[in-house]
Amino acid sequence: MSENAAKTENYLNVKHTVASWLFTVDHKRIGVMYLATILLFFFLGGVAAVLFRIELMTPTEMFMASETYNRLFTMHGITMIFFFLIPSIPAVLGNFLLPIMLGARDLAFPRLNLASWYVFTFGGLLGLGAIIFGGVDTGWTFYTPYSSTYANSNVILAALGIFVSGFASIMTGLNFIVTIHKMRAPGLTWFRLPLFVWAHYATSIIIVLGTPVIAITILLVAVERIFSVGIFDPALGGDPVLFQHLFWFYSHPAVYIMILPGMGVVSEIIACFSRKRIFGYHIVAMSSLAIAILGFFVWGHHMFVSSQSMYAGMIFSILSFLVAIPSAIKVFNWVATLYGGSIKLDTPMLYALGFIGLFTIGGLTGLFLATMAVNVHVHDTYFIVAHFHYVMVGGMVMAFFGGLHFWWPKITGKLFPEMLGRITAIIIFIGFNLTFFPQFIVGYLGMPRRYHVYPEEFQLLHVMSTGGAAVLALGYMLMGVYLLYSLILGPKASSNPWKAAGLEWTTPSPPPTENFLEPPVVKHEAYAYTEEDTYRDDAETKGDTHG
Amino acid sequence: MSDHAEPHIAPLKTYLNVFAALMVLTVLTVWVALFDLGPFNVVVAVTIATVKAYIVILYFMHVKYSAKIIWLTAAAGFVWFILMLALTLADFATRGWLPIPEPW
Ligand SMILES: [Cu+2]
Repeated sequence: MSENAAKTENYLNVKHTVASWLFTVDHKRIGVMYLATILLFFFLGGVAAVLFRIELMTPTEMFMASETYNRLFTMHGITMIFFFLIPSIPAVLGNFLLPIMLGARDLAFPRLNLASWYVFTFGGLLGLGAIIFGGVDTGWTFYTPYSSTYANSNVILAALGIFVSGFASIMTGLNFIVTIHKMRAPGLTWFRLPLFVWAHYATSIIIVLGTPVIAITILLVAVERIFSVGIFDPALGGDPVLFQHLFWFYSHPAVYIMILPGMGVVSEIIACFSRKRIFGYHIVAMSSLAIAILGFFVWGHHMFVSSQSMYAGMIFSILSFLVAIPSAIKVFNWVATLYGGSIKLDTPMLYALGFIGLFTIGGLTGLFLATMAVNVHVHDTYFIVAHFHYVMVGGMVMAFFGGLHFWWPKITGKLFPEMLGRITAIIIFIGFNLTFFPQFIVGYLGMPRRYHVYPEEFQLLHVMSTGGAAVLALGYMLMGVYLLYSLILGPKASSNPWKAAGLEWTTPSPPPTENFLEPPVVKHEAYAYTEEDTYRDDAETKGDTHG
Repeated sequence: MSDHAEPHIAPLKTYLNVFAALMVLTVLTVWVALFDLGPFNVVVAVTIATVKAYIVILYFMHVKYSAKIIWLTAAAGFVWFILMLALTLADFATRGWLPIPEPW
């Protein structure tokens, strides 16, 4: 390859055929394919949300029956959680960036990576099938007996979709763990890894340890229905609460599958736009692992009012408080990083700052919910709906779009209109808060979730919420438009438009198929923004590279 | 730590011994089921099953001959499984501790 060709040939323009995408083993192309797939599900889940938010503007039935309403919020939950949030950052940004951040050519198992996209897409199609054939009305949690004895919708198809797409998660998680252990560039010790990598390492551990349990749970539901073995049905000698145990054993850690990669993204952005090393790098890295492990000990906080033993409830309540510690460590360390930094409020930074504030509200209201007595009052109200949307949308979706903007020039090789980006970030922030803050209030006042007919005094808050949803939708559409514009007509990006540290910025935008023009050697730690940081070489950052 | 060790080939005899042990334990499970041990019915059955799983993991799944990191991975799966059972049982075992309140 001549010097000139090396400069212009990249992973995007190396081949153009459809087959070259469908049979690619390039982690970057697979990341882009994942992006297109999950954005489709994000759109579907968003449409469902817009529809039921319109219905909720009036206290009486406006244009949909309860049946339809149930199916819409279930569709929203299932698509957003299983087919958008869980794969969002790991399968898109993680897939694209992890090998580059490690200075590797690809993931450890490139074919497994491609297989994961096919398996995910197949699972997604099954889920889509369940929607097309009439939808599911159990809520995304599939509680028995709604989903078993009294199921009257396409539960089996939807559950099968989740079962199948779980394997895609496991493949990705396994791939990441092996890659991080085995494929770091010379000089890239564990404590020189970007926090994005640490976050994905922790996430992968949760995926590999947790996802099999949801698969087994779904299988057990099937076994009960087909062979009449008593597992969840009391008439056969089973216990419906056992389903909740098994479901939340996966689904609470799944919250951390969704949020930890977001925390990784935010760490990268904060460091870059403060021009500083992340304060307390080691403890921020370790807090990811702490969250991953502690996250498995708390699932019973979803079951305080489901006839779970009060003693078990007490244990789960205390353990749930513990998870707040590593989460707070991260928030405090980000704020300490901002302190004294040369802060630039570019688009990715606006999303990252939004994340810190909104995640903090989401996390703190989680403590309210982990308190048993308060939980009884707000259980299954809009308070909890607001809480988890502050974590999932205010946290994870903000981080995802922050990361998408931050690495957009790297992924596409194009710049996006910065001013429009900032305005959109602010519109989304305002729209988000207008949508979900009133839900804290209406929930505290006693409005239960999953009903579309409600007492008149709640209408004002619901109208505010729907108005906010419209603003939020406008923000997302605006983003879609300018990113599409940037993709086609945007100016070319240099290899490092943000002047960021990190291996991914040392290679051209978009990167060549083999990621680097020559294999990188790492000589300093991840956030070398100042002279002092570049030549910091304390005892911990030395040591062997493989282990 | 031997990450790049040659794949270990265990002698056929080992496999036959493991198979025999599994069979003996299965017979034992069936035999024990003939006696009513009260609450220990489950304890005994689960203990035997755990021993069998352990043998399978060590020999048939080759963990015994693998690198430390494989040990760690297998142990994590095992510990997590026990965690799931333990905290779930924390619910089921203590549900009866509080009397059911009289209706008003
Ligand atoms: Cu939870």
